Amino acid sequence: MTALTVLRRALLLLGLPATLFAVWWYATADSTDFYVPPLSAILDAFGKVWTGDRLLSDVVPSLLRLTAGYLLAVVIGVGLGLLVGMRRAVRDVLEPVLELFRAIPPPVLVPVIMLFAGIGDTMKVLVIVSGCVWPILLNTVEGVRAVDEVLSDTCRSYGITGTARLRHLVLRGASPQIVTGMRQALSIGIILMVISEMFAASNGLGFTIVQFQRSFAIPEMWSGVLLLGILGFLLSLLFRFAENRALAWYHGLRRARRTP
Amino acid sequence: MLDVRNLQKIYTGRNREVEALRNLTFHIGAGELVCLVGPSGCGKTTLLKCMAGLLDPTSGQVLLEGKPVDGPPPGMAVVFQEYGRSLFAWMNVRDNVALPLRRKKLGKARERELVDHALEVVGLADAHEAYPWQLSGGMQQRVAIARAVAYEPKVLLMDEPFAAVDAQTRAELEDLIRELWRELGVTVLFVTHDIDEAVYLGQRTVILSKSPTVVQEDLTIDLPDERDQLHTRSSPRFAELRAHVYEQIQRAKYRSGDTDAGVVDRAPEPAKTRS
Repeated sequence: MTALTVLRRALLLLGLPATLFAVWWYATADSTDFYVPPLSAILDAFGKVWTGDRLLSDVVPSLLRLTAGYLLAVVIGVGLGLLVGMRRAVRDVLEPVLELFRAIPPPVLVPVIMLFAGIGDTMKVLVIVSGCVWPILLNTVEGVRAVDEVLSDTCRSYGITGTARLRHLVLRGASPQIVTGMRQALSIGIILMVISEMFAASNGLGFTIVQFQRSFAIPEMWSGVLLLGILGFLLSLLFRFAENRALAWYHGLRRARRTP
Repeated sequence: MLDVRNLQKIYTGRNREVEALRNLTFHIGAGELVCLVGPSGCGKTTLLKCMAGLLDPTSGQVLLEGKPVDGPPPGMAVVFQEYGRSLFAWMNVRDNVALPLRRKKLGKARERELVDHALEVVGLADAHEAYPWQLSGGMQQRVAIARAVAYEPKVLLMDEPFAAVDAQTRAELEDLIRELWRELGVTVLFVTHDIDEAVYLGQRTVILSKSPTVVQEDLTIDLPDERDQLHTRSSPRFAELRAHVYEQIQRAKYRSGDTDAGVVDRAPEPAKTRS
């Protein structure tokens, strides 16, 4: 990759966000509306609010809950997905129940979960799990069911069964779908992280943003929203990086199929 | 070595039954290379899957060294037609070949030796690190063959392995199979729909009828052991055998287990001008 193509890609990547920021900047520059402060004021607040203690007291706890909830959802979703995808009987029994639970919007579960999990971190992690698990679970089931029949026969004939089959055939074969589910779950997780912190919390990003809003610290509130956006962007970059490494074979395979 | 006895397979659908195999009986001796040919849709793949222990027959049985096959037996390797779907796209060539060996617990050194050798004999000594999708179709099928070779099977079943590769590659791969068969002393059953291939490759050709399938003819291929694409294929005897198999296949299209169930075992008269 030459320096020029790197520059071109950077321009493509950052062009639109930069334009949007510029528009925001100039459109609000002379704003006297209390609720729509100038971007300069928001950035000013951003620097003050999110660089000191709040990073440790609010951002880190939020991220830890997100990580815990997300990872738990991955383990449960993939584990249960393997079971449901591989066993016809389990699928028949569980499918209606899963469809029912999936249809319940996770935010309405917050009061319910609060009843038995209290108002601490457990509740927030469970809320994140309750939303993230579905796309991972359902995509894993689809991925497992779509494992190639010829490859499956090949494994059987070579005596690759049990855990070896699970590891080398089922999990890897379903990994493109599992990753798709995980990508969807990541954005759901960020939303639920914020929502769970808006109920009965004493720290975290969601809590802080609501606090600012209630105390009419409008530029600070906006800066929190901006931080969430940036956080989401960085997490998806991280995800893309991990995905490109884990699914390099899949992207290569697809490219090869397009140009025979 | 490999015995197929009164094999019958009926697929039961929702409200209809399809009898794919009626009554098949034949024998493959140790170290033989036998081709199985028949009209399209005659249940070749069904038969092969039953023999590989991947499919349970409705009645009759398959015996490997006298023992009934009721699941994939350890000493058997299968090469499928769809090379693109029988290799692990997420593993490089080396790991694809090595994976079935792990279970055998041969030790690292022996495993490496087998993989190296297998890739060498199929002509892929410098493609260890490549992924299957980076290779051409013919090379992918070579990987599948190398995997079977490294597994050191007693019986090698091949299900139309060259049906999806181009003609030149196919000729090369046919010679590769004969070479491997002679070197390794393995018993090979080669299923094909290509009449030339069926005559060129084997010592015997089992011709199947259309479905419901019976054995139409069990033909000995009395071509010399040394075969090559140019001379063997242009020899008069090859042409005779080819014509004979062709006729049988044509007849097979109108004949099935429903018309009669006789087994003919006869070769055409040898040509006078035999080279």
